[in-house]
Amino acid sequence: MKGGKLLTTVVAPLIALIISFGIASLVLLLVDIDPFFAYSEMWKFGTTTESLISMVNRAIPLFVSALAVAVGFKMGLFNIGVEGAYLLAALVAAWVGALFSVTPVLHVSIILMVAMIVGAAWNGIAGWLKVKRGVHEVISTIMLNFIGFALSAYLFLNFFLEGTGSLITATKLIPETGWIPSLNPVLEWFGVEPRAGFELHGFLIIAVFLGIFYYYLVNRSRFGYDLRASGVNASAAHASGINPKRMIMTTMLISGAIAGLVGMSTLLGFTHRYVQDFPSGFGFAGIAVALLGRNNPVGIAFGALLFGFLGRSSLILDLKDVPREIVTIFQGVVVLAVVIVYEIVSRYAQRRAVAAAARATAEQEDEREVVAI
Amino acid sequence: MTTLVERAKNLGRARLYVLLALAGVLILTIAQVVTGTEDLTSPSTAGAALRLAIPILLAGLGGLYSERAGVVNIGLEGMMIAGTWFAAWGSWLYGPWYGIVFGILGGAAFGLLHALATVTFNVDHIVSGVAINILAFGTMRFLSSITYDSETGGSVVQSPPVQGIGNGNLPVLAGGDIFGRSTPDFLGWLETQDWFYVSDLAGIVRGFIGGVNWMTIIALAIVPATVWLLWRTAWGLRLRSCGEDPWAAESLGVSVLRMKYVAVIISGGLAGMGGAFLVLVQAGIYREGMTAGRGFIGLGALVFGNWLPFGVLSGAFVFGFGDSLRFRGPDVVRSFILAVAIGLVIAGVYDQVVSPSSIVRMARRWNVDVRWVPHGHISLIASRAPVRDTVDFFEKTLL
Amino acid sequence: MAQVPVVHLSGVTKRYPGVVANRDVELKVMPGEVHAVVGENGAGKSTLMKIIYGMVHPDEGTIRIHGEETHFKSPKDAIDAGIGMVHQHFMLADNFTVLENVILGSEPRRGVQIDFLSASDRITELGETYGLKLDPSVKVETLSVGERQRVEIIKVLYRGARILILDEPTAVLVPQEVDDLFDSIRDLTSRGETVIFISHKLEEVLSIADTITVMRAGETVGTTTPDQVDARQLAEMMIGSELPSPQTRESTVGEEVLLEVSDLSLRSESGRDVLSGISFTVRAGEIVGVAGIEGNGQAPLVDSLMGLERSATGLVRLRDKEISRFEARERRAEGIGFIPEDRQKQGLLLTSPLWENAALGHQYKEPYAKGPWIDKRGARKQTEAIVRRYGVKTPGVDVPATALSGGNQQKLVVGREIMANPVVLIAAQPTRGIDIGAQAAVWEELKTARAAGMGILLISADLEELIGLSDTIHVLFEGEFVAKLDPNDLNPETLGSYMTGAGQEAAS
Repeated sequence: MKGGKLLTTVVAPLIALIISFGIASLVLLLVDIDPFFAYSEMWKFGTTTESLISMVNRAIPLFVSALAVAVGFKMGLFNIGVEGAYLLAALVAAWVGALFSVTPVLHVSIILMVAMIVGAAWNGIAGWLKVKRGVHEVISTIMLNFIGFALSAYLFLNFFLEGTGSLITATKLIPETGWIPSLNPVLEWFGVEPRAGFELHGFLIIAVFLGIFYYYLVNRSRFGYDLRASGVNASAAHASGINPKRMIMTTMLISGAIAGLVGMSTLLGFTHRYVQDFPSGFGFAGIAVALLGRNNPVGIAFGALLFGFLGRSSLILDLKDVPREIVTIFQGVVVLAVVIVYEIVSRYAQRRAVAAAARATAEQEDEREVVAI
Repeated sequence: MTTLVERAKNLGRARLYVLLALAGVLILTIAQVVTGTEDLTSPSTAGAALRLAIPILLAGLGGLYSERAGVVNIGLEGMMIAGTWFAAWGSWLYGPWYGIVFGILGGAAFGLLHALATVTFNVDHIVSGVAINILAFGTMRFLSSITYDSETGGSVVQSPPVQGIGNGNLPVLAGGDIFGRSTPDFLGWLETQDWFYVSDLAGIVRGFIGGVNWMTIIALAIVPATVWLLWRTAWGLRLRSCGEDPWAAESLGVSVLRMKYVAVIISGGLAGMGGAFLVLVQAGIYREGMTAGRGFIGLGALVFGNWLPFGVLSGAFVFGFGDSLRFRGPDVVRSFILAVAIGLVIAGVYDQVVSPSSIVRMARRWNVDVRWVPHGHISLIASRAPVRDTVDFFEKTLL
Repeated sequence: MAQVPVVHLSGVTKRYPGVVANRDVELKVMPGEVHAVVGENGAGKSTLMKIIYGMVHPDEGTIRIHGEETHFKSPKDAIDAGIGMVHQHFMLADNFTVLENVILGSEPRRGVQIDFLSASDRITELGETYGLKLDPSVKVETLSVGERQRVEIIKVLYRGARILILDEPTAVLVPQEVDDLFDSIRDLTSRGETVIFISHKLEEVLSIADTITVMRAGETVGTTTPDQVDARQLAEMMIGSELPSPQTRESTVGEEVLLEVSDLSLRSESGRDVLSGISFTVRAGEIVGVAGIEGNGQAPLVDSLMGLERSATGLVRLRDKEISRFEARERRAEGIGFIPEDRQKQGLLLTSPLWENAALGHQYKEPYAKGPWIDKRGARKQTEAIVRRYGVKTPGVDVPATALSGGNQQKLVVGREIMANPVVLIAAQPTRGIDIGAQAAVWEELKTARAAGMGILLISADLEELIGLSDTIHVLFEGEFVAKLDPNDLNPETLGSYMTGAGQEAAS
């Protein structure tokens, strides 16, 4: 039923957004701040060219992270371990990438491949634990995050660090052949000329492809069918021939592989080395974006851009005496609101679909129904 | 007849744990002798371990109440964060004991939210927990910005220093005062004698009971109180039935929905208390991110402890001990790793030579709960492969 | 001496949409007796018991307890009136002790704590009085099925029940446990308790009951006593003296053996033999029927044949390929189709559109898939074909499966399985819960498929369906094939006896 689809994918998040804006506004009013003043300032600042570029840059790792989480969600698997996976993957990829230099496309591809393998392997541990020992993936992925942090810190400080003479604590710089160029030339071609220091990360293109890949994988491929069936009705999926253990393992590996790419936009487009304060937190934020986007690539894109916009435009709030943290509250509320509203709306949509179909076929059905044993 | 059985059961469990604890200290002693360090069993390490274990313990106990009632609570971290903030705020405004109360209430408020989402709206437990963590983080940050930011010593990410809760010393054994007169420090003296094992044991015990904070005592007291509450009262039986078999419970008139609410709110309150401890006893200040994942580690302690109060306590100790080693030198760390390796080897050998079923039988004889399996978790104790795999893991990453 | 019946149901009628579960039922239970209520699945026994227990309200009729007319609003009222129900599927918390399970919700207190001592004493006392020996401190998960049943009985006795309703109590017991249970029942009645005993195992009923009421198709057929009837006569009353006659037709059974099963066995975790030594063949153009009261191994048989239950032992051969160790998808790929007995649980993705449901089980091959991709167009076309051919009433192939009525859902499932052209089709309860029109349509399709050379294994509790469609009938009882019968040459007593285990006794 088309109406039902519309309800759940568009209306539910919309209602959640409105509720969240309402609550955020309420909170601002409670501390004597005009919410519309805050919003308008954010909008003015957030829609400048530089801000829009920043918004997209922030959105890219969120988008990738949410895709990784969403793959698991589609099957009912909760991969909280994206955080640990991407940090480890970024570290190893940075180190490997600095070891050699070949033609750019090949170099970048190798780095990306390394990242995906590390991410897949790391999350795969959790998958293996679940399949072999029945350990719930939430516990194992959270624990693996901790182990991952410790492990990456250990490897970083003891093995992968650049030698003496370096002022920055980081791995060796990746040669230029391993850099992804910024997209500013493309922007300039369109007549957009941002200020210095604002480069649109080239990884955007890869991210877009990743989104397309996710769409085709989940919605069009045989694997995607099995994935979604396992999430909708595990019993029927099993009866239809899907091997549950294989599904779990494969899903965690794919999720981990995508997770490995979360740090790549920063690594290959910006820092070109793994630094001590390599951006973290994308793993958890990705979960929020996946929930917000209802595991749908377009929804996730919107969610990521929204978070990116909020993150960027909130910078102005400091200068205007508005507590910037209202944005974090908003983000927290919107996630909770989305899941609650979604539950309510989807149940309503389902009831409507059933009633509509029953009405449409009412005249065709037998009048007297006698139930057989 | 029944009370005897009950008593024997509890004794059995306690006996097993005591035995494991004593064995653990022996392993530590051996490891120390081999590597020539002293710090593993010194009072200061033990004291630090206890202090670091308490927040994990409280979070784990929070998880216990919730999961025993059938609700998975991943949001403990967020509830603990709320606890830290509110405890600091309460203490700053009114004093340390108010800080505890505020901390508990703060955590309980988020617990209520989690209950609302999961029990009433049927949102997936884990999704709700994750959402609560995000929300709590954001809310505390916001609250900081409107309260602490303008104060001296405060900012968006930390509060001004707040009053903490004081310590107490046990007399005779640890040199505390009796009515103002100092007493000998027996255990302290024992520790300096350098007698194999006895001194190490004395050192650890001294560390635990010397300079003990009131909140620690309260937190530790909650453990046997929980045992009593959940296994000895009708309320506790009904709460556990909600998690074991809610249909059976409902069919016998237990108000499952209401009990779940209560359990999750308590869960939040305990996590909040853990946060309060962090602020009022450990740091004396609220700092953003000070929970450092302890809410999640508490869950780990819960799994480790097989969803039993004393099990959570032992899990909290293990994690707290590991945490305390951060402050010691690298030699100590190596020594600890050696101890862990020895322990695993023994467990592994024991596991190979003695079949898993006999471990289960041995545990059964002492009536230990070896196989409580809610939501598909598995006890780390009773199966063979995790031990072997953990040893592999250590081999691969450290050697 | 005119005794007042402890339970007296009169003219009780209960209707559900599409079916009359109880029609004008008359039941008179005297105090201190064991009153058995027998009937097939769907005869209305469970509904009647739910009415007595207050879980369901009758549309018409009266209920008198101890001579007084009562209306139960909920089970709590029934419990207060002294009625206790021991369900067929136990409601026990595995990880709790016997004592904890028994006292839950009615805990005795001593101050704030639970008075374990008095509870334990009471349980032991009840156990000794009624021969239901139990150790209150033991965890329920360690108990055998018979012992767990004792816990359920003690649960109701602890709350002061004087009238016990036992729903299929011997369904999961081994003979020794049955004897123990019957001893306890005799102890109970000798002390004035009344027991209502629901069962379909006629030999047992004859040995324990004082009075027997037979139900069929929602009505009470008659009331009798064990000295007036024997098992065969009871079976005839249960099933009816008129069996549906098989439709005369040309036999389409060919020579080729499509499915060969030899010594298929399955043992449950608790050590019970769920299936023992099942052997049969299905030839081309043959429908092999499996008769049996539910719970005698039908579901494990199906799961084992489909490859969903991997711990089964024995030989399964499809045509000339041995598939005993194949997993589910491989078996489907080799050509086994499956109509599950619970379409909502095992056969459909309720929230997914119809065309995705049509692909379920066949999503790895044409026309639903092309290479590694799902062929949406091909799937939709195929679904439309299924909808047309099988008369599935739906506004389109994009509606979620949950929008369809039960009958149409089943038609979709049947259609997708048959149109995938399997070698052998396993059909479990293929017309359960659907309207007569859909049922007739499904039967036609099965017959057409058979005529085209397909082999079909038909497992059904509907005798009309079984006898009407099968070329040969095996009777499944307690995990074994106890008889192989010719549908043309069948009489109701024989069939009934085999299905209820009486035949075995008579034969031995």
